[in-house]
Amino acid sequence: MPSLNTDELEPKVIDPGPDKIIGPGFTYASVTDKIAGVVFKPIETTPRPWFISLFLAFVAMQGLLAGAFWLFYKGVGVWGIAIPVAWGFAIVNFVWWIGIGHAGTLISAILLLLKQDWRTSINRFSEAMTLFAVAQAGMFPILHLGRPWLPYWLMPYPNSMWLWPNPRSPLVWDVFAVSTYLTVSLIFWFIGLVPDLASMRDRAKQTWQKFIFGALAMGWRGSAKHWAHYQMAYLLLGGLATPLVVSVHTVVSFDFAISLLPGWHTTIFPPYFVAGAIYSGFAMVVTLAVPARKWFHLEDLITMRHLDCMAKLMLGTGLIVAYGYAMEAFMSWYSGNPHEMFMYMTRATGPYRYFFWSLILCNILIPQSLWSAKVRQSIPRLFFVSIVVNIGMWLERFIIVITSLARDFVPSSWGMYYPTQWDWAVYIGTLGFFLVLMILFVRVLPSISIFEVREVLHHLAPNIADDGPAPAPAHGD
Amino acid sequence: MAQFEDPEQLLEAANRAYAAGYRNMDAYTPMPIDGLAEAVGFRRNWVAPIVLFMGLCGAAGGFGLLWWISVIAYPHNVAGRPMNSWPAYIPITFECTVLLAALSAVIGMLALNKLPMPYHPVFNVESFSKRASIDRFFLCIEASDPKFDKVKTKAFLQQLNPEEVADVEK
Repeated sequence: MPSLNTDELEPKVIDPGPDKIIGPGFTYASVTDKIAGVVFKPIETTPRPWFISLFLAFVAMQGLLAGAFWLFYKGVGVWGIAIPVAWGFAIVNFVWWIGIGHAGTLISAILLLLKQDWRTSINRFSEAMTLFAVAQAGMFPILHLGRPWLPYWLMPYPNSMWLWPNPRSPLVWDVFAVSTYLTVSLIFWFIGLVPDLASMRDRAKQTWQKFIFGALAMGWRGSAKHWAHYQMAYLLLGGLATPLVVSVHTVVSFDFAISLLPGWHTTIFPPYFVAGAIYSGFAMVVTLAVPARKWFHLEDLITMRHLDCMAKLMLGTGLIVAYGYAMEAFMSWYSGNPHEMFMYMTRATGPYRYFFWSLILCNILIPQSLWSAKVRQSIPRLFFVSIVVNIGMWLERFIIVITSLARDFVPSSWGMYYPTQWDWAVYIGTLGFFLVLMILFVRVLPSISIFEVREVLHHLAPNIADDGPAPAPAHGD
Repeated sequence: MAQFEDPEQLLEAANRAYAAGYRNMDAYTPMPIDGLAEAVGFRRNWVAPIVLFMGLCGAAGGFGLLWWISVIAYPHNVAGRPMNSWPAYIPITFECTVLLAALSAVIGMLALNKLPMPYHPVFNVESFSKRASIDRFFLCIEASDPKFDKVKTKAFLQQLNPEEVADVEK
């Protein structure tokens, strides 16, 4: 990345290495100023890569605008979907985006319950990622409807036709699962922000900033009774979000597993979808955190320890996914069902074999390099692996959705699926939209939870509240 | 209102104020401090019961809706399965439970905290409005306390070793 003039004006930021979750010398006030400073930075000193990325993401986002416009004008025929492959990119991308969201909830909820202190500086960021990823995912099923202006027919409501959705259908479960997930992720994220918005309100210099942060903070004043209610509510939300996140990708996998198609009708789907979701989500958190910490000099808050932990979780969930693939292969043989066996052979040797073997390469072989601490603690290598896993997980969804449909039971109804330019436009458009939201988020809201970092400081060194610079704890690495 | 430099001093001051017989008081901190709410006399946390109740409402409502749709409102024979094929209703019932419980956790928390609140007198104290959410810890004994006396209470707060004691204007 090109070095900028503004970089030289700022103090040198030290990454405290893979053992520490926070850099040396922070006080309650300085940690606030550091995180809030990213938001209050004058527009002229915003790092140039931020502007360039925002511009590129904004350009990519136009793909969604154009793709959705043409789709609404002409109908779903502009996509590559046709019988037998009626589920194409829309469903692949839906499953992929939902999966990406899962790491955010895992970090914020499950690691909260497990009291992992390293979640603190990345939870806000990954919750935002969840929210924006689920928003992208939610668009696809609606775009995929033949009549996209009628998505509300999916909800049970009294209507003049006296028709109700069928509650035995996994597609209806999906509506409830995804909309609940979006709602809960949104309130979890917002409620986590409230105390920090109060800090922002009190630190803001300009009236309009005071007004906006003040309105959003809703008069939060940090009373002990507030905190008691707040912590209980936050803990319960964590407890509720944990089974929720498992249920969401389980329900998504039911869309496939409950059908009778060879390659879909398998009980390994729910656990391996959830593991795959967390796998791809962590990859995306790493992909996004690496540039963000560099742009805004947050290396002493998002340290190598965070990246190292995420890399280990990627490795762990990646192995579960590998086990899932192995079980798919084993069960198709063990079932003795010729259709199942044929389906597996089609994946490995059929027309989509290049996708299948790239998927094995991206999701199983390359991530094994994470066993080495050298890879986990090298930013470029870790970044590379995270991109590879993102691609691999996308290929996995592609293989699952497309191959089972392309080879029907009767050879006369076999077909091929080729995405059109409009499939790509919409997909790339959602990538752009997602990145635009993320890039704006890190600039306009505190992307690290300030009050939770203060708690970490309090637990690490109870008497650092001096006004002067605190004595820097010795750091030996 | 007394201002302290670190949370341990505030916690000790709150305990001493409670021991001295003050009841209507509150402590303000930039992050949650273990044991502080109990120290200022906070006893019953209603968030969990509210969430449990609303979660059960969500479960009952969700399951009831599905049962009513498939058995009463729109009975539909799908491959001869029973109308009340309850295992198929579980995913949506679960989602409704989580949805209502989560919403009630947030709304309940805000309501119990009486938020949003656009005005509160503590913000009239200059250093409170600048630092209470950043790096200072405050103890406020309210005028509604039966033992409150402007002069005596101020003197009491002074001996707790604060950085500063200020009056809160209405």
